Amino acid sequence: MAGIVGYGAFIPRMRIRTDEIARQWHKDPGTIRRGLLLEEKSVPGFDEDTITISVAAGRAALDRSGVDPARVGALYIGSESHPYAVKPSGTVVAEALGIGPDVHVADFEFACKAGTEAMFVALCLVESGRVEYALAIGADTSQGAPDDALEYSASAGGAAYLFGRNDTLVDVLATHSVTTDTPDFWRREGAFYPRHGGRFTGEPAYFKHVLASTRALFAKSGLGPQDFRFAVFHMPNGKFPLEAGKTLGFRREQLEVGWIVPQMGNTYSGSSPTGLAAVLDVAEPGDRILLTSFGSGAGSDSFALQATERLVERRTRAPTVRGMLDGPHRYLTYGEYAKVREKIIVND
Amino acid sequence: MRDVAIVAAGMTRFGELWDSSLRDLFVDAATEALDHAGADHLDAVFVGNMSGGLFTGQEHVGALLVDQLGMAGVAAARVESACASGGVALRAAFAEVASGLSDLVLAAGVEKMNDGADVTAVLATAADQETEVYHGLTFPALYAMIARAHMHAHGTTEEDLAWVSVKNHRHGARNPKAQFQKEVTVEQVAASALVAEPLRLLHCSPVSDGAAAVLLCPLEQARRYTDRPVRIAASGLATSSMALANRADPAWLDAVERAAAKAYRMAGTGPKQIQVAEVHDCFAIAEICCIEALGFVERGRGGKAARDGFTALGGCIPVNTSGGLKAKGHPVGATGIAQAIEIFEQLRGEAGERQVAGAELGLAQNMGGSGASAVVHIFERV
Amino acid sequence: MPSPGYWREIPNRYRLEAGRCRGCGKVVYPARRVCPACRGRAFDRTALSRTATVVTSTVVHVPPGDLLMEAPYAVAVVESPEGARFAMQIVDCDPACVVPGLQVNLEFRLIRREGREGILCYGYKGVPAPQGAEGRG
Repeated sequence: MAGIVGYGAFIPRMRIRTDEIARQWHKDPGTIRRGLLLEEKSVPGFDEDTITISVAAGRAALDRSGVDPARVGALYIGSESHPYAVKPSGTVVAEALGIGPDVHVADFEFACKAGTEAMFVALCLVESGRVEYALAIGADTSQGAPDDALEYSASAGGAAYLFGRNDTLVDVLATHSVTTDTPDFWRREGAFYPRHGGRFTGEPAYFKHVLASTRALFAKSGLGPQDFRFAVFHMPNGKFPLEAGKTLGFRREQLEVGWIVPQMGNTYSGSSPTGLAAVLDVAEPGDRILLTSFGSGAGSDSFALQATERLVERRTRAPTVRGMLDGPHRYLTYGEYAKVREKIIVND
Repeated sequence: MRDVAIVAAGMTRFGELWDSSLRDLFVDAATEALDHAGADHLDAVFVGNMSGGLFTGQEHVGALLVDQLGMAGVAAARVESACASGGVALRAAFAEVASGLSDLVLAAGVEKMNDGADVTAVLATAADQETEVYHGLTFPALYAMIARAHMHAHGTTEEDLAWVSVKNHRHGARNPKAQFQKEVTVEQVAASALVAEPLRLLHCSPVSDGAAAVLLCPLEQARRYTDRPVRIAASGLATSSMALANRADPAWLDAVERAAAKAYRMAGTGPKQIQVAEVHDCFAIAEICCIEALGFVERGRGGKAARDGFTALGGCIPVNTSGGLKAKGHPVGATGIAQAIEIFEQLRGEAGERQVAGAELGLAQNMGGSGASAVVHIFERV
Repeated sequence: MPSPGYWREIPNRYRLEAGRCRGCGKVVYPARRVCPACRGRAFDRTALSRTATVVTSTVVHVPPGDLLMEAPYAVAVVESPEGARFAMQIVDCDPACVVPGLQVNLEFRLIRREGREGILCYGYKGVPAPQGAEGRG
């Protein structure tokens, strides 16, 4: 049975508080914080991008797996902020990790679910026997437009999953995906900031797909909310994943560990994958974990997972999500944030 | 090898010379030297120039400038060793005469830095592109790291650095060709803008335009051109690892030590005999490290020399009576020649208010990059 | 930098590939054809650890044009456990904490961009190792 043989994550060390952004736009900080359930978010430096985050997360996944990178037969990076419009992120990441040249590489894109998309394909490739190991990474450094709701949440980070057949840390019990053409959030070629449909991003987009995919997974696997110890959903803000979880019948305790968005923000393709990594950092052998992502445009990927004995010993080989969230970090002023997110016009 | 003498010198003022092009600067300095000597021809010209290409788009400056001098046809070549280009041009001219290849050779240096180039980026080409510049290291950053290594190992202080600038400005105030002819105080240096910690603006030599030239001939022919020739007693050239990271001790300029050893041996002398010296103070810390490597002070003890007056006019070994690179200016390719000119004038008793009384043996030390190349010449009154 | 020059340096910039001289054992980074210590010409390929110790450092306040927005930043000469010394930026910390002896972990970062439309150039920067923890190898 194919499963996860290594996992890792990376969250940049700069942060900005919701309050700081709210004050910039003369909004009441308390109202914003309570409305979005966001306290702060991660901010990437000039020297950080989807590629550098993917290398850090990928390296952690390889360290935890103990697998020689030369044996990785496929590498997929899912992001909506690939550094090049044309030239893959995956080739740089592969060379940096010592993967290749006998490797299949592709970049994936599907708004916030490009990461789980990569995970699904990596899993299937290994299951088919076509490759021995496949590495899937979801990472982003997306922009939020000034004075827009998404400016409070768009953050940076990512997680990586190495799939293989033997010595799994986490088994994959079932998967399901749901996709429709729903224009809830998009960015045209050349545009600097994405656009979205406001409240249209809620019920007809996020909730429709997350609920449909998860319910179909329940039906397919014969598992219900009570059979899982943890559930992780895509986290565009603090509220949506809690509401989705509740609607699906999960209790707050099941959602708590993976619900890292109030501190991390929405790392887009890294969002639910990093939430999953936070869960794997503490899960015990036998624990079942539900993962459902959401990508605007729109679609959801669901996974039913189960931790094995091996997870406990292997996870000490790389940093934990909680360790990165609580570890050394620095808060920026809005001016520093605008500079580092290149919202300030400078000469060429 | 024949004995070689310098018989004449010419030099523009150093500074922001907007009205002068690269060609104008060279011609001004060269014609002054030729006129002083009453010379009407040249056998060869060597021009020190770090980067006419990057500063002004012009390479091939040996041929260009000899043409501008009205002497197209004469042997000429440009010599490059970053900031040591002038000193190495002098050595090339010295060897040309000493070997018997030529009898009357102009050793010149010129740099036009103010024609709109990104000076920081151009100067950085003297450093290791792959391992230093790629990572965002600038030229001042390299010397700043040398400074910190020196401070860490030997207790040198930021105030020690400031005293070098203060001393050199005091000297420069007496030099009509200097870019800066005003004194500065330790407080002013300490309050100037940070460039790369601990180096501040007033620890750093300026961006300058300028040219300098000296005329060389065999000593036995010198009286045709002057009654006070100065003999080049020695020339020593050496290198060290290009990257600061690859030096055995980042606070020690071993290229300078090596070049000086060769020069002392060739001249049959030593640091204690030198009475006046021009030393490569591209940054204040460089002077501190250079006087150690030249043997004027013990290794690690260079920090206090300026502050204690050891290297000031009137002190044991006056260093940079011209004002040094700091106050006189540093048009990169011209500096090595300008240093030679200061010693030339000192040994002829023509240094005016900067005169070191009775000076008979002088030294000029020119250095490239963060210390990857160094050239030392020793001069003696005849 | 134009791309062929950049591409050629990928092994040393992305993977810290160095050469261990077969003659004298010195680890040379980046790899060269001739050993600077013994002039030997035979090397074994090796990679540096992703940790290092600061030897000397500074904080750059006047940067080159393309790093204008990133100044002030700390740079240092560091030494790897294999004895190789090289220069890099030190980031994600107060520049004042970069002093000789500081242990850093090496993280993969975007070093510079060739303007708006040129290539992206990657490499390693140092990040102070967590207090009391060992550097990650």
